Amino acid sequence: MNYSTLILDIIYLVASVTFILGLKMLSKPESARSGNLIAAVGMTAAILGTIFLHQGAISSIVYILLFGGIAIGTIIGWLAAKKVKMTAMPQLVSIFNGMGGACAALISLMEFPEHAHSPKLAIMVMAGLIIGSVSFSGSVVAFLKLNGNLNSNPRLPFYNIINAIILVFTLGHGVYMAVAGVDSMNMAVMTMGFALLYGVLFVLPIGGADMPVVISLLNSFTGLAAAAGGFLYHNEVMLTGGILVGSAGTLLTVAMCEGMNRSLFSVVFGAFGAGSAAAAGPGAGATGGTVKDISVADTAVLMNYAKKVVIVPGYGLAVAQAQHVMHELEALLEERGVDVKYAIHPVAGRMPGHMNVLLAESNVDYSKLKEMEDINPEFDTTDVVFIVGANDVVNPAAKNNPQSPIYGMPILEVDRAKSIIVNKRSMSAGYAGIDNELFYNPKTSMLFGDAKKVVTDLVAELKSM
Amino acid sequence: MEHILSFFSSHQQMLFMLILMVFVGIEVIGHVPSVLHTPLMSGANAIHGVVIVGAILVLLNADPNKPLTLVFGFLAVILGTLNVVGGFVVTDRMLEMFKKKPKK
Repeated sequence: MNYSTLILDIIYLVASVTFILGLKMLSKPESARSGNLIAAVGMTAAILGTIFLHQGAISSIVYILLFGGIAIGTIIGWLAAKKVKMTAMPQLVSIFNGMGGACAALISLMEFPEHAHSPKLAIMVMAGLIIGSVSFSGSVVAFLKLNGNLNSNPRLPFYNIINAIILVFTLGHGVYMAVAGVDSMNMAVMTMGFALLYGVLFVLPIGGADMPVVISLLNSFTGLAAAAGGFLYHNEVMLTGGILVGSAGTLLTVAMCEGMNRSLFSVVFGAFGAGSAAAAGPGAGATGGTVKDISVADTAVLMNYAKKVVIVPGYGLAVAQAQHVMHELEALLEERGVDVKYAIHPVAGRMPGHMNVLLAESNVDYSKLKEMEDINPEFDTTDVVFIVGANDVVNPAAKNNPQSPIYGMPILEVDRAKSIIVNKRSMSAGYAGIDNELFYNPKTSMLFGDAKKVVTDLVAELKSM
Repeated sequence: MEHILSFFSSHQQMLFMLILMVFVGIEVIGHVPSVLHTPLMSGANAIHGVVIVGAILVLLNADPNKPLTLVFGFLAVILGTLNVVGGFVVTDRMLEMFKKKPKK
């Protein structure tokens, strides 16, 4: 046995262990950061080992391209990850995932001519090609949607049928090529084209609150594409890493769906907000009733004399970059003896846990962030609920309107508090595109304006009292 | 049938690993609090960047006289590196926010 192959095998084994350990540690708050680091170290070892323990002569041009590619990828990836605003994180994760998918698809395409005549391996090539391509184009669409470049959720008639036909055709085409031993590169490119098209069609109609679930699903797809590559090369670390992400990612996707009380099936195939969005234009009076305004000064008085204030932050807060001044407001109220807490809905922001990251960034004490199950019983004793830029997560329709697309989603039961103040820029519908009857509740007052400006004014008002 | 059997015998080890890893993956992230869903997804995202190993292998085995293979291999390495580096760095940045702050 050759020593360097043996060493490489050991490195791969160790790397696989770091991936498992890393994932395990990532699922606990205390150890999450070290878990990520451990997996990163394992990955680095696997990459370096693959390069330096490689058998056979390597021409200098290959070395230049290899290290050049790694350098370019490292610099761009590092800068993008460091520079991106915390609010834009979900789309960044999505695009990184797409890169992985594209990488898997490219590898498969290049390996295709070599393995076309061996059905066993050709099927792996096709799997990597199709899954990688779907993951890539789907992630790009998810990126564009989250980034706000693509706002519509177009749905052709017979949408699911068209999609199913394209999917079956793509898969059938791939299997046929593998089994029949077709070695035409053009045909392989065609398979890739169909897979790319399916990825776009798959994600395009899914909108609103379901995007994190889709990203998580595409994430596990890329894992499977990587695993297909592992099979192809008989490469253990690619197989373990890929399958690990594939299965953990699938479980995570299901857990996210549960957080929203939706099934994976309805996320992928069901229309979300498609029917109701039209009815919920700006100021839609469908729910009836009138909306009550409140001034900043009155809000300040109300909060100043409250015993307990619960802040419900939503994505609107993050977009307005109001989390820092919000922390200031919280500190000011606490100084005056008001008990202030944050109610964090599991899907507040654009992804589960997104809001916690945003608030932690502005130094809000971790112990003040309350999860939904913990805060809901507390609303009965709450004097003022201050909702900033959140909408769907406090929509009572989720509880009492079976027709609503978000029916069944657990919500923050803010209507149990004595008074509710909602800060929004306008009466427009939330991310899910549906009207919110909470705004017509007699206990609710609307404080219109940009979140940052409103909270800044509130702080100033409180200071002068 | 013969195909399936020969596939099994030639990839026996790989198949064992595959099945075991499916269970490990499920087991390892059971009961994760929803707060950590985003970082966990992002961390898993970085881990599937292991596909870079495949890209490296393609490039290392590439025939230096075939420019197209070299270009695609080069691209695949860039994409894979982006996935790995970006994934780990952004996860770390998220988790950095979670560390306990000393009380003022």
